[in-house]
Amino acid sequence: MPGVSLLNLEFKVNKNDDRSYSKDLVSAGLKQGQITPTELCQKCLSLIKKTKFLNAYITVTEEVALKQAEESEKRYAKGQSLGDLDGIPVAVKDNFSTSGIETTCASNMLKGYIPPYNATVIQKLLDQGALLMGKTNLDEFAMGSGSTDGVFGPVKNPWSYSKQYREKRKPKPHGENDDSDWLVTGGSSGGSAAAVSAFTCFAALGSDTGGSTRNPAAHCGLVGLKPSYGLVSRHGLIPLVNSMDVPGILTRCVDDAAMVLGILAGHDPKDSTTIQDPVKPFLLPSWTDVSKLCIGIPKEYLVPELSSEVQSLWTKAADLFESEGAKVIEVSLPHTSYSIVCYHVLCTSEVASNMARFDGLEYGHRCDINVSTEAMYAATRREGFNDVVRGRILSGNFFLLKKNYENYFIKAQKVRRLIANDFVNVFNSGVDVLLTPTTLSETVPYLEFIKEDNRTRSAQDDIFTQAVNMAGLPAVSVPVALSNQGLPIGLQFIGRVFCDQQLLTVAKWFEKQVQFPIIQLQELMDDYSAISANEKLASVSLKQ
Amino acid sequence: MWARVMWRGLRAPLGGCQAFTSKAGPQVTPQVTAEMIEHLERLALVDFGSREAVARLEKAIAFADRLRGVNTDGVEPMESVLEDRCLYLRNDSVTEGNCAEELLQNSHRVVEEYFVAPPGNISLGKISYQDPPPSG
Repeated sequence: MPGVSLLNLEFKVNKNDDRSYSKDLVSAGLKQGQITPTELCQKCLSLIKKTKFLNAYITVTEEVALKQAEESEKRYAKGQSLGDLDGIPVAVKDNFSTSGIETTCASNMLKGYIPPYNATVIQKLLDQGALLMGKTNLDEFAMGSGSTDGVFGPVKNPWSYSKQYREKRKPKPHGENDDSDWLVTGGSSGGSAAAVSAFTCFAALGSDTGGSTRNPAAHCGLVGLKPSYGLVSRHGLIPLVNSMDVPGILTRCVDDAAMVLGILAGHDPKDSTTIQDPVKPFLLPSWTDVSKLCIGIPKEYLVPELSSEVQSLWTKAADLFESEGAKVIEVSLPHTSYSIVCYHVLCTSEVASNMARFDGLEYGHRCDINVSTEAMYAATRREGFNDVVRGRILSGNFFLLKKNYENYFIKAQKVRRLIANDFVNVFNSGVDVLLTPTTLSETVPYLEFIKEDNRTRSAQDDIFTQAVNMAGLPAVSVPVALSNQGLPIGLQFIGRVFCDQQLLTVAKWFEKQVQFPIIQLQELMDDYSAISANEKLASVSLKQ
Repeated sequence: MWARVMWRGLRAPLGGCQAFTSKAGPQVTPQVTAEMIEHLERLALVDFGSREAVARLEKAIAFADRLRGVNTDGVEPMESVLEDRCLYLRNDSVTEGNCAEELLQNSHRVVEEYFVAPPGNISLGKISYQDPPPSG
């Protein structure tokens, strides 16, 4: 049985299970009193401490979580649980505003910044009784595809320490405890992905502007959902590209993603880009007649850079749908080769505008210079932003210069329409869902990843994911299988706009067929935390 | 069946197999002059900081230049994917606010209910400059 679903009706701690996945604690278990929210919370907090070396969390909100657990417990005792998410540990990326809790965007610019309000999606999670375990690490201001460029350091992929990966590698000489070959999580929501992958929470929020939820999902063996643009409120999500950003959802199985989406989706008066159509809960049928589906395979996505393993899995997936009676056809998205360029121009332009708010006056970092406003702003921004952010701001300002505006920015907006139209044409021709790779290959070691600069890496890694953001479509990455090296590979499904339910239904069926294995981490976590030099095992104090 | 299709795709001659990103068009080496650097730094109020950063901008511009290869005659720019819908507008009534104290707490320099800024109208880097440049 793959995944650990919150909707499962059974709760087991099975010590005899060969796969030795750690405790499967689910909402029905909470309802039946088999485990209390406090116990669940403490188990997750303990796992967070054990996996501290992953650097998935920037802030761990231990007191907050335990208090929330206490309240949840009272509700369960009275039989008044708020729903399936009541008492369930979740984590959120550190670019979502959380009232009273530091929100840094992994940047010096916002170190110490404490928002006075909750992002709408955070409020919705809290209203359902979810336990907030902490704020997760990311690339600075969500710019990047590795979760390596934040000021709190890079995030390590839990699969680096998995039995499945380690047993495929050459054994190290005895006594050598060198961790230098650890793997990246992908990005920019790598902290959220690592947090879910290492069982420290059941769901995590990421953000997705060019693939920042789906990319780390694929590299960490998770389900990564990017909802349709306009379905989920962006109020409180510190913006990168207003016309493309969406909150993303990372979970271990499709049902959980659907359940969280059902809680988060819907019109928000504070975000006028959310649609006003009524939204129904996203309950997915447990069985689907795939023979009624038409799956499209975009031929332009078959590129020489695609790894043979990913390509092979893509082929097998297409064959699988076909063998079950689905119509599987090759389709064309003719402007694909311009998509990443278009994205690059629009993204940097909107970033240049969005980053203008950081001037040191009202919030965030402020330098010591007081000679003039401009000098103060400039020094504050030099001190507050890293090279990646500054580079994008400068590029964006270049494209927005009067003499360049027409040739770059407006041009890119026109190309965006062509790209969006490509998708419209394909879906109008009867295709229900597109099937593509999520990434070019499995994840790579950090030392390999940093050989190219952030912009080059993003251009490479976002290749299958960013067109979806430009068209505003829903897309989900589903983990499929392990590579020859024992690392996760995911595939992406792209749906029609606002047909998120259908998309997830197809994804759920597919997930059931592929039976992606659970990460085996237990013994290695124990070994690693025992020898890790900086491990601080603070005791968990029980709140009365 | 799909294995054969994909295999055929890869075996097609190099010219026939469309590379994922468009090839660079006619060589137009972007000129990032010292004047341009100063101009951008003043507009963006961030500095390049190094020669590498300037080189990265040049590469970014060269990359963006590939858009010239697309024919966009008669195509309207797309600002939002929700362009066919009306944006929601709230009623013009005050429902929240009165949180000046909370908001002021996040600032480093505050006097009573004011955010304190250094003197304005002094352009960056040329403090002795007599006439401030036009804004924008």
